Amino acid sequence: MAKRIEASNVTSYYGSFKAIDGISMTVEPKTITALIGPSGCGKSTFLRSVNRMHEVLPGARIEGRLTIDDQNIYDADVDVTAVRRMIGMVFQRPNPFPTMSIYENVVAGLKLNGAKKKSVLDDACENSLRSANLWDEVKDRLGRPGAGLSGGQQQRLCIARTIAVEPQVVLMDEPCSALDPISTLAIEDLMFKLKDRFTIIIVTHNMQQAARVSDKTGFFSIDKTGDPGRLIEYDDTQKIFSNPTEKKTEDYITGRFG
Amino acid sequence: MGDIPSRSATTPAGEPGVTGRHARPAGTGVSPNAPAGPSLGGGGALPTKKRFGMEAGFRGLSTAAGAMVLVIIVAIGFFLVSKAVPALQANTENFLTYKAWFPNDAEPNFGIAALAFGTVLSSVIALIVAVPIALGIALFLSHYAPKRLATPLGFVIDLLAAVPSVVFGLWGRDVFLNPVRDLSLWLNEYFSWIPIFGGDGPFGRSILLGSLVLSIMVLPIVTSLSREVFMQTPGMNEEAALALGATKWEMIRTAVVPYGKPGIIAAIMLGLGRALGETIALALTLGIVFNISFNLIENGGNSIAANIANTFGEANATGRGALIASGLVLFAITLVVNMAARAIIYRRREFRDSAA
Repeated sequence: MAKRIEASNVTSYYGSFKAIDGISMTVEPKTITALIGPSGCGKSTFLRSVNRMHEVLPGARIEGRLTIDDQNIYDADVDVTAVRRMIGMVFQRPNPFPTMSIYENVVAGLKLNGAKKKSVLDDACENSLRSANLWDEVKDRLGRPGAGLSGGQQQRLCIARTIAVEPQVVLMDEPCSALDPISTLAIEDLMFKLKDRFTIIIVTHNMQQAARVSDKTGFFSIDKTGDPGRLIEYDDTQKIFSNPTEKKTEDYITGRFG
Repeated sequence: MGDIPSRSATTPAGEPGVTGRHARPAGTGVSPNAPAGPSLGGGGALPTKKRFGMEAGFRGLSTAAGAMVLVIIVAIGFFLVSKAVPALQANTENFLTYKAWFPNDAEPNFGIAALAFGTVLSSVIALIVAVPIALGIALFLSHYAPKRLATPLGFVIDLLAAVPSVVFGLWGRDVFLNPVRDLSLWLNEYFSWIPIFGGDGPFGRSILLGSLVLSIMVLPIVTSLSREVFMQTPGMNEEAALALGATKWEMIRTAVVPYGKPGIIAAIMLGLGRALGETIALALTLGIVFNISFNLIENGGNSIAANIANTFGEANATGRGALIASGLVLFAITLVVNMAARAIIYRRREFRDSAA
């Protein structure tokens, strides 16, 4: 199921502004990779480049090469919707569709891909909600609005919606930054569980979280405002947090940044 | 406001409010049943409340403004009913079902049936034509057109709304009539087996002409309101749909249209309101025939508002009363339409209110 992501020399722009410069990293299947770094250093931009969501913004473009199992996802004849189905994304703020029920939210992606049979949708809904550790909380009110859940439940609903289409890779852009510690813990437990099936890349501002959940950690930084973000160090999480090679990384994780 | 919180040691521990937070000794915690003494202001006589300040003044002004609406509505209603009732009493036919309109005769006989039918039919057809086009334009402007095209195009649409209806009426009567007559002839030749396109003519000044002119008039309202609604779709919902592998059109179907649905309904209802109440354009384009027929292309059709405009000049007292009664019916139709629209909007309210 899970696939390897390889980035080589990825540079992304917003119009004439260069947001990240020359990012190269390899993400192994069925691992959790955390991207950390100060605000505005391009972590999210890199993440959005991985599933081609970056180009949704007007004027945004990318240079370099990004492959999933050796297929270039930026090839001219690649169907961008297929890339996004293969590489799912969970956003910073929970964003369930406000007009849809819990059930409709979970199966929204399947319906987009043409699934119509009710039994298929029902099964997928239950499986995804179970995988997202949400089934027991919502099984009696699947017809109620998804936006009526608590923030943590909404985020797990969004995760269920993302994994319902059976992606290979799940990208998470600060999935816990809008959540309280208990909901955060629930999402982190969930990530461990999902690691068996998916490759996960998570952007986080919470260094404890990166240390807790990830196998590998990439540290992004910028020299000063307006400069493009660069990948300073990318290594096993254990090494990054105990014995980083770069002085900048050490300064950041020990709180002496800037 | 402006009072300094007392920090004196005599204030009881756990005093709620401003003082408590500062003066509470360590470890006492918050006591829910602390004695309520004078705390704000820290002693001395409290200043008395002003009896006639700005506060009371504005309150009175806004209450009066609110009450005025009610007074005006009741006054108008009273006036209309008081004029309509004598005419209805003089009527020798059933007002609701009779199709002709002779209120100025010695034995007044008039009925609203044909007029109400023509009003509703022309408005509904106008909406059937205008709404799909308007939604298409709105989606194009909000999601497809590049910004430097969308802005001037939106401006042109708004300009269309500013054209006076009499201009539309004259244009429809003098210019638009001929293409519509040709279209009617063509429809009649090939589709006369469909009753709405049947008949033997003459064609031209028909419900079709009136409805098409109306549809151009309601187009800008429906377009600009739906465009506003579509543009308000939260970006994060659009991104959620795209991230699930939706194409642009699928994203619009999944995130944009459902989110904007109540707004679209409101826009359609406003358009319908304009179509129902439109006077002069229909007075100039319809064939003014008092009958009930679904035939769209033969000369004919009439509407309540057009009839008022056409016959008010030569109406006597009973005639004016009759026209006012027809106006009340038009008001009732509009009211029913609006209430139906609200019912639709509020039915899925739960889904909107819980949206963050």
